[in-house]
Amino acid sequence: MTAAAARSRISLRRRRAADASRIPPRELLSVALQGIRTRKLRAFLSALGIAIGIGAMVAVVGVSASSQANLLALIDRLGPNLLTVSPGQTFSGDAAVLPTTAVGSILHMRSVQQASAVYQVSAANVLRTPYVPANETGGIGVDATDPELLAAVSAKLATGRFIDPANQRYPVVVLGAQAAATLQIFRVNARLQVFLGGTWFTVIGILEPVTLDSTLDSTAFIGLPVAARLFQTRPNPSEIYVQAGEGQVTQTAKLLPATADPQQPDGTQIGVPVDALKARAAAAGQFTTLLLGLGAVALLVGAIGIANIMVISVLERRVEIGLRRALGATRHHITLQFLTESALLAALGGIAGLVLGALATLANALGQNEPMVIPTYVLVAAPAAGLAIGVLSGLYPAAKAARLSPTEALRTV
Amino acid sequence: MSVSALRLREVTKRYPGGVEALRGVSVEIAAGERVAVVGPSGSGKTTMLTVLGTLERATAGHVEVAGQDVVAASDGGLAGLRAHKLGFVFQGFHLQDALTALDNVANGMLYTGAPARVRREAARTALERVGLAHRLAHRPARLSGGERQRVAIARAIAKRPVIVLADEPTGNLDSKSGHEVIALLHELAADGATLVLITHDQSIAETFPRRIVMSDGEIAGDERR
Repeated sequence: MTAAAARSRISLRRRRAADASRIPPRELLSVALQGIRTRKLRAFLSALGIAIGIGAMVAVVGVSASSQANLLALIDRLGPNLLTVSPGQTFSGDAAVLPTTAVGSILHMRSVQQASAVYQVSAANVLRTPYVPANETGGIGVDATDPELLAAVSAKLATGRFIDPANQRYPVVVLGAQAAATLQIFRVNARLQVFLGGTWFTVIGILEPVTLDSTLDSTAFIGLPVAARLFQTRPNPSEIYVQAGEGQVTQTAKLLPATADPQQPDGTQIGVPVDALKARAAAAGQFTTLLLGLGAVALLVGAIGIANIMVISVLERRVEIGLRRALGATRHHITLQFLTESALLAALGGIAGLVLGALATLANALGQNEPMVIPTYVLVAAPAAGLAIGVLSGLYPAAKAARLSPTEALRTV
Repeated sequence: MSVSALRLREVTKRYPGGVEALRGVSVEIAAGERVAVVGPSGSGKTTMLTVLGTLERATAGHVEVAGQDVVAASDGGLAGLRAHKLGFVFQGFHLQDALTALDNVANGMLYTGAPARVRREAARTALERVGLAHRLAHRPARLSGGERQRVAIARAIAKRPVIVLADEPTGNLDSKSGHEVIALLHELAADGATLVLITHDQSIAETFPRRIVMSDGEIAGDERR
């Protein structure tokens, strides 16, 4: 090929490029926007379907994320470092017994900040009066304990006070929240007594529900000295609550069996109550499949709505399409215009849905007194889902528009 | 020898259903010529214009527009030809009601790839040339029929096309504004553009140097003054 031929070929290509039918992407966008603007009510109604669908899904995700965040915050507040030690089974299969020295030994561990035990008072039950039949215990158990229990399980008093070194020798009782409700006791005063194991005990305090271990809620607590004196309770812990240092839960759990019972470390059971809460939080984070399904149905209906509107729109706009073709639009340009229009419409619907869903999440969070959480991916996913639905539902109408004969503008007067 | 702007050789157009709108039409229109196409309804005038305007492809025969063989051209190639070389004027104006006169005219160059600033500048010039410099910001609803058609003409000529094709541009106008529109088209074509115009109106046809008479899909007469 000669240099002159090469030059002429290049110039030919250039001329072709200059003569091509082209529209800058920005102009295409403004043409699509104009198509939406000139049919406002119709655009609003078709975007509404998408908005409702996306809104429902955002709300489902937001509400479950919020309640999960709430539980996790609760775990954090309670201190995620609680461990429990309880007697398990010995090697031969008998019920194990924790040694009386267990709490003292555990408190000597460097990684332990706090430890407290409860001791089952098996012979006793709690009744409002001696005239209540003795077997109607209402499921209330009696535990002896030490003054440190409250701190060890992050429990709070609803009213009154707890067992302390001064009163633990005397017949006084503190009721768990459920136990108090069962006994119909809501306030404490000096004259209020319950009949516990055949003796009158004065109620000095009521606990709030204990999140970390709900079995404590249906328990009545008395001091260990009075339990030993009146009911011959042995100082072998039925459960020890241990607060490990920050980040030392695993290490502490490993050392606890041998520390609590050096003779029979296999006879101890170590528990991490927070694990159960974490599992609950994880469950709360799972989206309700049914609600998500409903959102998906709403989205599908919205998509069909957009497709329907676009098909009608294409038929109505035959003249406009013909005019654009006469002005030099290619079939491809017409396809793009209608696709852009439906994608924009649905993306706007997606953004509106995001706002609707966020408002629903906020309303729920305010009602439940939870923090409001919307996962960040939702901020991108909601409009993107709208966009994708718009493109999908616009495919057929756009192809139909591109296939229309460009002579319409000439045939219509 | 003058260069031909439009050339049809043995062109046939058959529509689905068997109707033959064009039957072996051969015609050559030189660059810069002004031609009126006349004939009764159904004689094939509009079909000839759509074939010349590359809006429809001929069933058989050879078509050349602005020196380009359009029979073999792709959809994109034809669209490019329309975008840069052809201007259309319709009986029904086909202006967009939501846009001002200026934007309507600027949209005439939408598919040339020119940026909005350039298109608006060309639109302003075109509207001045059709005598509507004072109507730039008006929407079509506030313009008279004659003014609307002049906006449509400005849209067709803003890109300085080689060929202007007009289908009954006076069909929706009273005779006074009709004649003004025709005078304007003559004046604009004097710059060198080729003008092909369909009309029913004998008095309008007589203002053209060349008249092609169509009948039953064939050329029944080709008169020059």
